[in-house]
Amino acid sequence: MSKIQIKLNGELRSLYVHPNDILLDVLRDKLGAKSPKCGCDRGDCGACTIFLNGKSVKSCNILAIEADEQEIVTIEGLSENGLTELQKKFVDMNSFQCGFCAPGITIAATELLNHNLNPSLEDVKEALSGNLCRCTGYTPILDAIMNCKK
Amino acid sequence: MEDLKFIGQPITRIDGKEKVSGAAIYADDIDFGPNLLYAEIVESQHAHAIIKSVDFTEALKVDGVINVFTGKDFPYKFGLYMKDRYIFAQDRVRFVGEQVAAVVARDPKAAKRAAKLVKVEYELLPAVLDQMEAIKDGADLLHPDLGDYAHVPWFFPKAKTNIAHWRKIRKGDSDKAFIEADYVLEDTYNVPRYAHCAIETHVAIGKFDLSGRLTVWASSQSPFTQRHLFAEALAPLGITHKDVRVIAPHVGGGFGGKAGVTMEILSAALATKLKGYAVKIRWTREQEFYNTYQRLGVVCKLKIGIKKDGTITGLDHKIYWDAGAYVEYGANVVNAVGLSAIGPYRIPNVTIDSVCIYTNLPPGGAYRGFGYSEFLFGLESHMNRIAKHLNMDPIEFRKLNAIKEGDTLAYGAHMNPNGLFDAIDKVKNAIEWDKEIKSKNPDKVIGKGFSLFWKAPAMPPNASSAAFLKFNEDASLNILVSGMDIGQGYLTVMAQIAAEVLSVPPHKIRVENPDTDRNPYEWQTVASHITWSCGNAVRKAALDARDQIFRLIERTHYLHYDMLYLEDEKVKCKTKPDFALPLKDFVINGIQVEDGTFKGGPIIARGVFMPEFSSTNADPETSQGGHPNVHYTVGAAALLLEIDKMTGKMKVLKVVEAIDCGKALNPDLVKGQITGGLLQGLATVLYEDMRYDDKGKLLNPNFTDYKLPTSMDIPDEIIPIIIEVPQPDGPYGARGMGEHTMLPAAPMIANAVDDALGVRITSMPITAEKVCMAVIRKNV
Repeated sequence: MSKIQIKLNGELRSLYVHPNDILLDVLRDKLGAKSPKCGCDRGDCGACTIFLNGKSVKSCNILAIEADEQEIVTIEGLSENGLTELQKKFVDMNSFQCGFCAPGITIAATELLNHNLNPSLEDVKEALSGNLCRCTGYTPILDAIMNCKK
Repeated sequence: MEDLKFIGQPITRIDGKEKVSGAAIYADDIDFGPNLLYAEIVESQHAHAIIKSVDFTEALKVDGVINVFTGKDFPYKFGLYMKDRYIFAQDRVRFVGEQVAAVVARDPKAAKRAAKLVKVEYELLPAVLDQMEAIKDGADLLHPDLGDYAHVPWFFPKAKTNIAHWRKIRKGDSDKAFIEADYVLEDTYNVPRYAHCAIETHVAIGKFDLSGRLTVWASSQSPFTQRHLFAEALAPLGITHKDVRVIAPHVGGGFGGKAGVTMEILSAALATKLKGYAVKIRWTREQEFYNTYQRLGVVCKLKIGIKKDGTITGLDHKIYWDAGAYVEYGANVVNAVGLSAIGPYRIPNVTIDSVCIYTNLPPGGAYRGFGYSEFLFGLESHMNRIAKHLNMDPIEFRKLNAIKEGDTLAYGAHMNPNGLFDAIDKVKNAIEWDKEIKSKNPDKVIGKGFSLFWKAPAMPPNASSAAFLKFNEDASLNILVSGMDIGQGYLTVMAQIAAEVLSVPPHKIRVENPDTDRNPYEWQTVASHITWSCGNAVRKAALDARDQIFRLIERTHYLHYDMLYLEDEKVKCKTKPDFALPLKDFVINGIQVEDGTFKGGPIIARGVFMPEFSSTNADPETSQGGHPNVHYTVGAAALLLEIDKMTGKMKVLKVVEAIDCGKALNPDLVKGQITGGLLQGLATVLYEDMRYDDKGKLLNPNFTDYKLPTSMDIPDEIIPIIIEVPQPDGPYGARGMGEHTMLPAAPMIANAVDDALGVRITSMPITAEKVCMAVIRKNV
């Protein structure tokens, strides 16, 4: 077991992990951040997407020890001071159905809007192309993001 | 129609904030503390074999392993409509991936390591992988004891064969109809198996406490059915219904895959051997593909006769289902299609044989559409081909034969009110059917595809829904129901129904997914029947509450019951305009009268709905005489498909879908079903395909090799159209529409490909490769 330190949603957390522990499992089972979900365990579906040092990554593809001394934000962190404008739009436009993909998609879309204040529909589609949603046909999600442009 | 305040409004989902904030708890998110154990399943590597021995001595030596269990520990059968399977394989395995044993350990890694050390010795049997082989005389039998299996009275298994059920329709004289027809078109259509691919895999946690109480937390569409099947299967252990509790948190997608009982029973059963612990199983994505239900594969042999004027004289539809190793749920897909394989058409002479065939592939079961997508692919392809032969417009041909209210259905009952013709006309206009559309790119062609669709809920005749409703001090409400919000927005719509009756806005109403100990009965969240069925129960509960309120006001304020009404969370009186008593003043604490005493008390209401007109009593040789389906939901759809002639690559430029949901209780959610269902349907025809090797092993159980559409693959434009011809027995006229949205996708694509290129593809999926090859073949 190795001791690692992660800044998770603004709070410094220390814990022991096995060298082969997956970051997603550690976030969920040892650190209590349940919003990243496991949908495929191999980076195909994007349900486990989190911010690692401000960049969206799939936490099922990363070892926990790689996150030592790094900063992680999940949507628990994004929602801390109330919903963001994007999250409000998702609610207003009934963007999600089962909601299982919502945490990952919210991270991916937030990242896009952080870097591109005026994305085209094609930009949005591309930004979300690593996140699978089986319920919505994506359209209501894309509509909310397009409505959220600054 | 009365003035409606909340019904028909596109209000936001009551679970929206939970889901976007990360607050929503799914089964895998629940913490169970340090006594949580993990089970790893030892799976069959063979499609068909006798289990000679299971040796797990080495597995028990692994640090952290608690115990290993096999079929010997659970000699119990279960099944929804037919008891044809065991919790763990007993003496025989029937598909690759079937559960043979479980290793239970303190942590998942130890369980996984130990499971690899379990040695299972098999004696191989010939595998039956093709349903057309399985029905041949002398075929190897999967279930030699089929004749002894318990099943619902409307199934007709054939002992000593691989035929688990055979639904026959005989109406009129189809042989004569073909003789009298001017043209008969006959062909075979093939549809492979598909996977649901909810992004959340199945998860179930069982806990058998020291007092003998079994609780199962499950990602589920069917908490009450699961409770019932667990109690039935585990009855030999002394477990009764009251001892079993199923708690269903948010579910990350269902599409039929989480209906009935599949892997959940493993957690329930294992828990009974491990008192005091919680036992968790989370299916991997691979297991989700090969050991839940799959959509059944099918071969449809279709024959339709037509007069020169375009009238259909008769139909003969022989439908051979690859139903898999166990058909306890899947046989009802076969049944449902048998009853409805005429499609939404008026056809006087009908022969249908829908045959449920065991194969050594994973069990087939419920999948959004419940068999209708499968037969509509052939039927709606056929309609276009016939129209082409007659030199008729395919839409006009369909209008000539489309079903109308009161027409006789294949099984003799009559068609419900519906807006099929309105749907056809609106789709035709929106897609600009008569306008010629050409690609500017010479390498590309654009085809138009059209399809009708229909579907009835497939359910037992006595499937029922129930609702409890209780007021809180501030006149907010809790509604307890046991349907599942699998994404469709059911909880929101239940709130809207109660809101409408009681004048309490939906945001003051809490409706949550159920706990079978607290919430009243619901059959299952399947069949697109929950808005209709449970909606009726909620409406009745709200009317019960209103009745209690009015009776209380009548005896405390001496106002006439019939003059009272609810508005803006107040009781008002038509004859006394200044009377406006807020609900919050009395719904818990009652009303104080002159002598200082209080009358009334907490308002607690109930509602129950069962379709009392439904019956499966019919002649098994003809299916005439019963009323097995409560009603049909119908619709029409069309699309513009751009095809690259060089590569076969296709893109949907525009798609229009009109559906008659009776009344759109929440139009935004109805439209959400259309955009979502259409893409799921398009995926089955354009991308997805389950590939098995010659030994019955699934080759692509992951999202790398089984392609789901991404945000890059959506149609450029989607036009959803809502038609509202009220369902007389539906809440505010509503009938179901969730599954239906994907039904027209495959035949629309096939018809558009033919329109653009003049090639007819009769097997799904219709991939770019297949289109390209068809073009090459046509040109040589």
